[in-house]
Amino acid sequence: MADTMTLPRYLLRNARQFADRPAIREKDRGIWQTYTWRQYHDHVRDIALGLAALGFTRGGKLSVIGDNRPRLYWSQVAAMCLGGVSVPVYQDSIAKELAFVLDHAEVSVVVAEDQEQVDKILALKSQLPALRLVIYEDPRGMLQYRGADLKSLDEVEELGRRFAAEHPGHFEREIEQGRLDDVALFAYTSGTTGTPKGAMLTHANMVETGQTLAKSEDIRLDDDWLAYLPMAWVGDSLYTLVVNLMVGFTVNCPESPETVQRDLRELGPTAVLAPPRIWENMLTGVQVRAADAPRLKRWVFEWSRAAAERAEILKSEGTPVPLGLRLRLALGNFFVYGPVRDQLGLRQARWAYTGGAPLGPDTFRFFRSFGVNLKQVYGSTELTGLVSLQPDAEANPTTAGRPCPGIDVKIGERGEVLVKSAGVFKGYFKNEAATREVIDRDGWFHTGDAGFLDPRGHLVIIDRAKDVGALADGTAFAPQFIENKLKFSPYIREAVAFGHDQPFVTAMIAIDPNTVGSWAERRGVAYTSYNDLSQKAEVRRLIGEEIGRGNETLPEAQKIRRFLLLTKDLDADDAEMTRTRKVRRRYVVEKYAPVIEAFYSGRDSVELTTAITYEDGRQGTLRSLVHVQDVEGAAVRV
Amino acid sequence: MSTLLQIQEVSKAFGGVQAVNRVSLDVNRGDLISVIGPNGAGKTSLLNMVSGFYHPDHGRITLDGADITHAAPSRIAERGVARTFQNIALFRGMTVLDNLMLGRHVHMKTGVLGAFVYWGLAQREEVTHRRRVEDIIDFLRIQDLRRRPTGSLAYGLQKRVELGRALALDPKVLLLDEPMGGCNHEEKEDMARFILDVNEEWGTTVILIEHDMGVVMDISDRVAVLDMGAKIADGTPDEVRANPEVIKAYLGDAKGTTERRHG
Repeated sequence: MADTMTLPRYLLRNARQFADRPAIREKDRGIWQTYTWRQYHDHVRDIALGLAALGFTRGGKLSVIGDNRPRLYWSQVAAMCLGGVSVPVYQDSIAKELAFVLDHAEVSVVVAEDQEQVDKILALKSQLPALRLVIYEDPRGMLQYRGADLKSLDEVEELGRRFAAEHPGHFEREIEQGRLDDVALFAYTSGTTGTPKGAMLTHANMVETGQTLAKSEDIRLDDDWLAYLPMAWVGDSLYTLVVNLMVGFTVNCPESPETVQRDLRELGPTAVLAPPRIWENMLTGVQVRAADAPRLKRWVFEWSRAAAERAEILKSEGTPVPLGLRLRLALGNFFVYGPVRDQLGLRQARWAYTGGAPLGPDTFRFFRSFGVNLKQVYGSTELTGLVSLQPDAEANPTTAGRPCPGIDVKIGERGEVLVKSAGVFKGYFKNEAATREVIDRDGWFHTGDAGFLDPRGHLVIIDRAKDVGALADGTAFAPQFIENKLKFSPYIREAVAFGHDQPFVTAMIAIDPNTVGSWAERRGVAYTSYNDLSQKAEVRRLIGEEIGRGNETLPEAQKIRRFLLLTKDLDADDAEMTRTRKVRRRYVVEKYAPVIEAFYSGRDSVELTTAITYEDGRQGTLRSLVHVQDVEGAAVRV
Repeated sequence: MSTLLQIQEVSKAFGGVQAVNRVSLDVNRGDLISVIGPNGAGKTSLLNMVSGFYHPDHGRITLDGADITHAAPSRIAERGVARTFQNIALFRGMTVLDNLMLGRHVHMKTGVLGAFVYWGLAQREEVTHRRRVEDIIDFLRIQDLRRRPTGSLAYGLQKRVELGRALALDPKVLLLDEPMGGCNHEEKEDMARFILDVNEEWGTTVILIEHDMGVVMDISDRVAVLDMGAKIADGTPDEVRANPEVIKAYLGDAKGTTERRHG
């Protein structure tokens, strides 16, 4: 076996070496249907030759749209076998985004999961001059659809089998021609800033990143993996396509997006990757069920949970766990941790990743203390999805992990994280200027994230680089880093931190009306509205304590000294946030200029006049005197 | 196309109220026919006579040439007529899966004794029927609901499960009594899609009672209009839309019967 091969060559190897081993499963009609590597290979071959018969040639672009389905993965590999490029797109993209990507990528063939997706593509056809063929996987509802440019995947495979009879050896010859520096995948960035950009990833990018991952993590041939994250996301391509082809383990496709939780439990995959939102949902689910349990069960749960958390803290401090606690852990594992892991489908998971956004330390600790080997991973599309991850013994909620072997990380100007690795992409498709902006002359990729390497050698990501400023004395100031710490509190919904060119850090807080509301009810604090609730002295005290807790984990210079509670939540309708709930920093600074002035002039109240937009579009103003509060234990240094 | 269901001059009175008055309707194999009309026009009564819940006072109903005018509902179901109800009639405490399996009941042959022993015939039979039920679950996209008690489901989903149970019968004729009543826009769209797919792909003949004119005109091959128990129009959606009698029944005449689309 050559050390590095193109992905299709791995497929040929697997068909020989792992012929009868399960390659991919799909839950259909309530039963896991298994395809072996030989079947995987045969389907890819038939689809590829069918595409060849229909005129798909080297350099062609094929797009897949739909949920995770074996046949959509096969179609991507089939395109790569012919020297083509796979362009997976998000199945829930709105028409405008979809049209942009398909047109920009010059996609000639789209493989759509079902009628719903076909309809979307057909509606955009006039805007897609390069599109020649739409292939659908599920024939349901397609009876009335006609057209030479519309085919079912079964038809394509049939064409492929006929083509094979007329052109023996064509498939293998095409694979033979493939080179490692051929582009295999366009991964479009989600486009929070401007239009999406198509990152070109080569076979070498993907295979070498796959090898890096396989070297850093314990990945085995008999692993089971659940493919449920969007195919258009580079992380799914890396694991479900690339690492799967390289290692030969089994990928499992859930029955439908709604059944993922149940399928996860049924399958018990040996490794799990999930964004913070899913871990948080799982934890909430556990807490709700514990709260609803009968008193005895609830007591056992809480008793075990307390033991687990204490042990976790001791372990992270490097202190040995006393015998009594170990005994409690053993009991807890039998009665609580094991069953909970089992319920969540994490019982067989040797490792689990969270990435993409910060995960609250409490959530992180909960899973670790319950015996889930949860770790952080960091990567980006342009780096084929992998930069750093946490080794088992070094898992912690604050870092993004240790850069993987072969991946060089350094900190550039303004604390920007720069990366050089075999995974650095070839460039953005048809956007030379943007490529030059992010890859410098020496080949370092500029991630746009600000961070640092801690003494252990772990990478810590603090913010987007362009948002990082400096306090008046020159200390770096990363607003998002501070805001995330605050938002880990259940009572704080949104936070905006100020400090650029100022002597200290301050924050505007929007409380979470649900949690603070029920907190107030439990304490008999009566309130009428969000406005009223936010200005209660008790609530100010509560949030002050929460900020104090956040301050404990912040360096001295970055501690929040003063804060104020907004009389309304930050809102996209008021242009304070984007629709994806990211603070529009520049606008907020302008709009809340009097607040900032009050923070730093030492005044203890400010009149807040906010224009608000009601849901029916009416405009109104809300005028109120708002207290500016000092945070206890973090008094202003003058 | 051959006539599958023939309704000839049927009438039904309840006390002094003439609910259905000499209505005739020929339904061809593979048709998707909608029956519309203001509230109290006799639509549901007509459906009830086809499914054997009521027996007509006069007239004759034949299915595939066989007279079913006075047959019991169970016999009619065995002959391949399935229905859903205006007010959902599922077993609320039972799971979706069990409700659907129950829909296969007319196809099950194992007796009480055989079922008690289970292994052997009953087990094989259960597997066969489960396979069919799984097709329906896949078709209706309710894979995530298999083990949920139907009573705990949202209204729109209960409607979908009820359609599923009717489909489990493998019907020749599917009678749908306001399958979209009380559903939101998205649920309506889904339901319309399912009805079209059943009709097109499985070739099932469908008779639909529905108030949403947009849906009716969009998906039906033919529309029959009832008013005050009598059929006043029958034709393609375009013909019916242009029919002055229909406009009068719907938009009201001088006496002031008003339009009621969501009764």
